[in-house]
Amino acid sequence: MKTIFKSLLALTIVSTVLSSCGNGGDKGKQGALSSSAAEKVYVAPGEHDEFYAFVSGGFSGQLAVYGLPSGRLFKVIPVFSVDAEKAYGFNEETKPMLNTSHGFIPWDDSHHPDISQTAGELDGRWVFINGNNTPRIAKIDLTTFETTEIIEIPNSAGNHSSSFVTENTEYVVAGTRFSVPYPQRDMPIKEYKGNFKGALTFISVDPEDGAMDIKFQIMMPGFNYDLSHPGRGKSHGWFFFTTYNTEEANSLLEVNASQNDKDFIAAINWKKIEEYVNNGGGTKAPTNYAHNVYSDETHSATSTMKKEILIVNPSDVPGAIYFLPTPKSPHGCDVDPTGEYIIGNGKLAAELTAHSFTKMLAAIEGKKFDGEAYGIPILKYEEILGGSVKQPGLGPLHTEFDGKGYAYTTFFISSEVVKWKLGTWEVIDRKPTYYSVGHLMIPGGNSRKPFGKYVLAMNKITKDRYLPTGPEVTQSAQLYDITGEKMELLLDFPTIGEPHYAAGIPAELIKERSKKIYKLEENKHKYVTKSEADGKVVRTGNEVHIYMTMIRSHFSPDNIEGVQVGDKVYFHVTNLEQDYDVPHGISMIGANTSELLIMPGQTETFVWEPNQVGVWPFYCTDFCSALHQEMQGYVRVSPKGSTVPITYTLDGDPIGGE
Amino acid sequence: MKKINLTTTLLAVLAIFTIACNGGEKKQVIENSETDEVSVGYGQSAVKDTVSAANVLQVAKSLDDFKTLVTAVEAAGVEDALVNAGPLTVFAPVNAAFDKLPAGTVENLLKPENKSQLAMILKNHVAPANYPDTQLSKEAKKGRKLYMASGKYLVVEEKEDGIYVGGTKILKTVQVSNGWIHVIDNVLVPTE
Repeated sequence: MKTIFKSLLALTIVSTVLSSCGNGGDKGKQGALSSSAAEKVYVAPGEHDEFYAFVSGGFSGQLAVYGLPSGRLFKVIPVFSVDAEKAYGFNEETKPMLNTSHGFIPWDDSHHPDISQTAGELDGRWVFINGNNTPRIAKIDLTTFETTEIIEIPNSAGNHSSSFVTENTEYVVAGTRFSVPYPQRDMPIKEYKGNFKGALTFISVDPEDGAMDIKFQIMMPGFNYDLSHPGRGKSHGWFFFTTYNTEEANSLLEVNASQNDKDFIAAINWKKIEEYVNNGGGTKAPTNYAHNVYSDETHSATSTMKKEILIVNPSDVPGAIYFLPTPKSPHGCDVDPTGEYIIGNGKLAAELTAHSFTKMLAAIEGKKFDGEAYGIPILKYEEILGGSVKQPGLGPLHTEFDGKGYAYTTFFISSEVVKWKLGTWEVIDRKPTYYSVGHLMIPGGNSRKPFGKYVLAMNKITKDRYLPTGPEVTQSAQLYDITGEKMELLLDFPTIGEPHYAAGIPAELIKERSKKIYKLEENKHKYVTKSEADGKVVRTGNEVHIYMTMIRSHFSPDNIEGVQVGDKVYFHVTNLEQDYDVPHGISMIGANTSELLIMPGQTETFVWEPNQVGVWPFYCTDFCSALHQEMQGYVRVSPKGSTVPITYTLDGDPIGGE
Repeated sequence: MKKINLTTTLLAVLAIFTIACNGGEKKQVIENSETDEVSVGYGQSAVKDTVSAANVLQVAKSLDDFKTLVTAVEAAGVEDALVNAGPLTVFAPVNAAFDKLPAGTVENLLKPENKSQLAMILKNHVAPANYPDTQLSKEAKKGRKLYMASGKYLVVEEKEDGIYVGGTKILKTVQVSNGWIHVIDNVLVPTE
């Protein structure tokens, strides 16, 4: 009896321990229970995920923040599209962020996030992401998780081989997928060949504040520049771009751009071009593009139109650009952590091509050329080939690396992730995806130091994988454990929009620096109100500016009279709170840009153009406190020309020095 | 008092952990638990935040004048309520206020079996509302009473030498991130 009791007790203790023993990937060795996929992705209530994953929202234009391994969604960061939840693109402060040379563009197609690096390793300061349709590059600040800068890319169209960073974030690079006439002009489409150009844009990033500036633009032949990656380690200083449509077709590309046995990877020695430019090289050309910057001090964005750009023609800098022949319309262009291998994923090829950087340099040195294209030397394929993976799967798209000598490639047509070994080129493992995988991501995969614990595969098609929701079903991400020889599928989770690509980083590198509040005393907004006593309402002609504050649980002023039909009423609202996670919202009946969500210490503005006489309420939209429902106010709207004076009060008393 | 109990329990749990999980990663968990005063499973008062303005509990803890009050808050287990979004208006008795109570009262209230009685007394010092001193004097003028978290009402009066609440004078007012602290030197024992 006693023994039984003892065993029971022991069992209880053991089970307690098993259920509470961490979230480590290595616990697979501790028994049958611990090998379950569920346990490996379980992050207990109150515990934090090990990694952040920044997953592009594709046609939603945004960037979603997930935790790995749980797959929990933390935030959708508005980038290229307006967002009602955060009033992005609706409030007066953020409208300039979406300004372009084509005017205000309320949404776009976001593609490839990449995290800033120092010395080839993730530094967790910023995420960059490209807007594909109206070409732009955005920068997201990882202290606030907000978009703080967007730069438009001129002479570009279908900004797809973007936005990848060099290993000290010297540059974020944007390459055009569609070549266009340069300069843009009215001309017959069929005269494409030789007249259209492909712009590769190098945007410098200020090492201190991350400010972006287009340093130069290389005007390449009119191919399609599909994807790109920087060299690293030994190949730092170079950048590689896959091309397709080297046929320069302008119609029915699915056939006409699939004619050449090999297209190219363009190898660009950007250090050499940078030196050329720093010595006064390049041609200044007229242009027109928007540069939008958001300030955390003024809590406002500005948009500036830039009028000049520095153009570099390949022939101007001999020895800086080469073409590496790569089979069959390569898509992904990926460089391994050592910088030695440049992998071309030929969409239609029966094998994966790995070019050797060492061999490439030797071929350049030995002038092992196989002709040229538009004056750019084409290196001999067999002279630069490092190796190839034979019959790896159908429809290779993208490759990432685990930092342990293995590479992982996605195959769209055969719906699988294939693990193979660098150097021996042997296939180690293959696992199905559900279905038709596009990109994949290993945290730090585009750096010298990947964190090879998980791979996240992003699927284009899900069909029967989730509860159906009509013709449109969610796209998905799938998480695999890659710590063992064989991959193990752990988790399926839905994504926002189409997850084109993702960037992952250990949470430890970011979370301690995440901002909690904006300091009220540092608020330099033009219409800030730093205390209730400073609140006021000012009429200038038919414009009425309301300087309002909010704190638990009231607005001040909360009774306003003297507004008239036809007025343009600006609500400049400052959240006086200095407490983490206590935003307030404001909504005004009939205002079509309303519903601001204002962070502690922040000021935001919306415009209301009342068109009906009456007394109209406004209220707090964020459940801020126990008295949230009491947080409300009224504006009296009189007929145009009324003699009712402007007054503004709180609890029947005038505000401040009225 | 409670802290001691908690630490003991924590240590016991940790010991089990150490025995059962001797991997390096598990050790990390243990270290975290030791540095946190309270670990996962506890409420908002365990949130680490050195950036935001201080809340009621943080301010009270930072001042020696409120040592007895803080001990009482911990014994009653109402720390989380005092860091809540509120808004809260707290009439905070200084240590001397507790000393005015009949001998043995505080010791008695701190006993675990008297936890709910203690909590009731503490709740009589908290209004779930935003009352700066300026607002209190308005309330006094309008003859309004303050509804306290205990369910009782307190009378507010404005006299020549200041504002009185429940018959005791407000000595000082401090704004905190989640409301207001008004310092008093009497304990507001709820009347039946």
